[in-house]
Amino acid sequence: MNFRHAKTFLLGAIALGFLASLFADRINPYWLFIFYDIGISIVMAVSLNLINGYTGQFSLGHAGFMAVGAYSSAVITNQFGDLSFLAANGIFAVALLAGGLAAALAGLLVGIPSLRLRGDYLAIVTLGFGEIIRVILQNMDKVGGARGLSVMHGWTNLFWTFGLAAVTVYVVASLVNSTYGRGFIAVRDDEVAAEAMGINTTKYKVTAFVVGAFFAGIAGGLYAHSKQFITPGGFGFMQSIAFVVMVILGGMGNTIGVILAAILLTLLPEGLRMLSGIEHLPGLTAERPLGWIGDTRMIIYSLLLIVLMLTRPQGLFSLKKSSVQK
Amino acid sequence: MNILRPSIICTVAFTIAGLLTGCNKPSSVPGAGDDTIKVGEFASLTGSEATFGQSSHNGTQLAVDEINAAGGVLGKKIQLLTEDDQSQAGQSATVVRKLISSDGVVAILGEVASSRSLEAAPICQQNKIPMISPSSTNPRVTEVGDFIFRVCFIDPFQGTVMANFARKTLKLQNVAVLTDVKSDYSVGLAKFFKEGFTTTGGKIAAEQNYSGGDKDFNAQLTSIKAANPDGIFVPGYYTEVGLIALQAKQLGLTIPIFGGDGWESPSLVQIGGAALEGDYFSTHFSPQASTPAVQNFVKKYEAKFKDAPDAMAALGYDSALILADAIKKTGSTDGTKIRDALAAEKDFPGASGNITIDANRNASKPAVILEIKNGAFQYVQTVAP
Repeated sequence: MNFRHAKTFLLGAIALGFLASLFADRINPYWLFIFYDIGISIVMAVSLNLINGYTGQFSLGHAGFMAVGAYSSAVITNQFGDLSFLAANGIFAVALLAGGLAAALAGLLVGIPSLRLRGDYLAIVTLGFGEIIRVILQNMDKVGGARGLSVMHGWTNLFWTFGLAAVTVYVVASLVNSTYGRGFIAVRDDEVAAEAMGINTTKYKVTAFVVGAFFAGIAGGLYAHSKQFITPGGFGFMQSIAFVVMVILGGMGNTIGVILAAILLTLLPEGLRMLSGIEHLPGLTAERPLGWIGDTRMIIYSLLLIVLMLTRPQGLFSLKKSSVQK
Repeated sequence: MNILRPSIICTVAFTIAGLLTGCNKPSSVPGAGDDTIKVGEFASLTGSEATFGQSSHNGTQLAVDEINAAGGVLGKKIQLLTEDDQSQAGQSATVVRKLISSDGVVAILGEVASSRSLEAAPICQQNKIPMISPSSTNPRVTEVGDFIFRVCFIDPFQGTVMANFARKTLKLQNVAVLTDVKSDYSVGLAKFFKEGFTTTGGKIAAEQNYSGGDKDFNAQLTSIKAANPDGIFVPGYYTEVGLIALQAKQLGLTIPIFGGDGWESPSLVQIGGAALEGDYFSTHFSPQASTPAVQNFVKKYEAKFKDAPDAMAALGYDSALILADAIKKTGSTDGTKIRDALAAEKDFPGASGNITIDANRNASKPAVILEIKNGAFQYVQTVAP
């Protein structure tokens, strides 16, 4: 692992995000917001990959952490009116960080009881946890309960989404490639052997949950300030599953694969939507010849998932085995 | 692991994405296509609330077909672009942005669920594109801004309607109110009912509360019985209402029970059964109403979809009709002008009654009162605001 390259990547990606955000006005808002969704998906999938992929735990409650981050950051920024550019971004940074920390705390709460559990049992605990968060939010009148919470500021931009996506990738990649981080992989590969070798498996599992939850919280903050309206229903079980699918499709413990899967799975439904909207095709007289895709879009999406999983069970993008994989 | 790879891949992804955006700039002036006026609709065509979304979409489509068959507006046909939001949070914002910035629609129609309308409304407001929600009853929806309208009445209005109905038609004097304190909808309805009922000379004999999900209402009903009212107002949802009606009859309370549109579900009668006979509730629309506008709509809807229309279909139908009328009146597809025309709409004859847009961009319109008779919903009367 070459750290100089990792830092180059981090700075490069942040600079790219910043440059791109300067041209945001020129980008069609529809696509601009899909880029935000992509950035958010990358943060979610890569952070989940630390828990599910590298550490070998099975979390089904990642959207729950996202909800904690989304609500915490939104409650903070809603205290402020219109602010100058600098103040707005400063407050936003603080709010995102606070959202991340709140989610990390929640991660700690799940991490501790889950120490005794493995595999399916842990999956059920995390699933239950995600649902608990949703139900608590639904019954919290201060944040709008089931009616949802309007977020006053749309501060999410390309710089924040891609900058933070880069930070997430950097932190997760550096972490698992460091001497310390080998412990995560050891826990995944053989927990008993790892323990026998003197690795504190408990500490590693909690660390994975806390770090993963922290970034999920940040992604939640980005989500809240991009959609500007959040409901507890938007962070349900199905949302968690969507991120798990990204991790599995990209290849467990394969950061690049997971990034690509996050991009692909966010773009795919929109791409299909675009196909169905084509007014004319050369050689065909019918209007909207691909209109049928619109109605069957989600079926096509699901079918593609099945086909991909059948043909590439090791993950779509694991072309070359990276040194991280066993 | 070679960390350089992601940066290369990211750059490639960025480039592709950049190309995509390049091809998707809206062509020319928004909505001013050569021979069509583009109108966007977002609806929950799939997912948990698909039945509502599809009804609403059918109604909207019917209205657009009708307008186009009659020659369209401003000499152009209306092209309805429908996008599915899968009943999912986050999707409405995406599809509405697509409709506005990629397709260049002149107005947006949707949604049934208030939470999804609230997601789309700020986007329409920012882009100065008028949005008409067919059936989002939460008052917050139109409070987003002056480009957001609705063609249904809001929750508080039903409270007033039922107060008038109880006083004038049922001639009740002492009424008990049983409120679901966990639901905003119920609390709002109860508040406006109490105000309306007491200002017309009635008396609230007892006030009791329950929480949505409760199964046993004997305590509340016993103390209501002790107050000896001549009617009970229950502004709740059908599951609890059915149980309340059952337990009230078991306690020997034979007085009428009445409530709002949260009652409207086939499950209501399945739960409450015969105990509900002779009870009343208010709602948006009844296919049994005898006005020509309603009968005309029901006939066309049944001919096209081989099914009886529900309230969502009628409201979807009205949202498209009132938009077309506003475009016709203002003679332009400019968002601000359409908004002004919409805000000035008065007594527009819709399938769900005559619609007047009030100062808060909500529809002021009659409600329909239904009675439960022989296990079915029977039209009683239409109550003007």
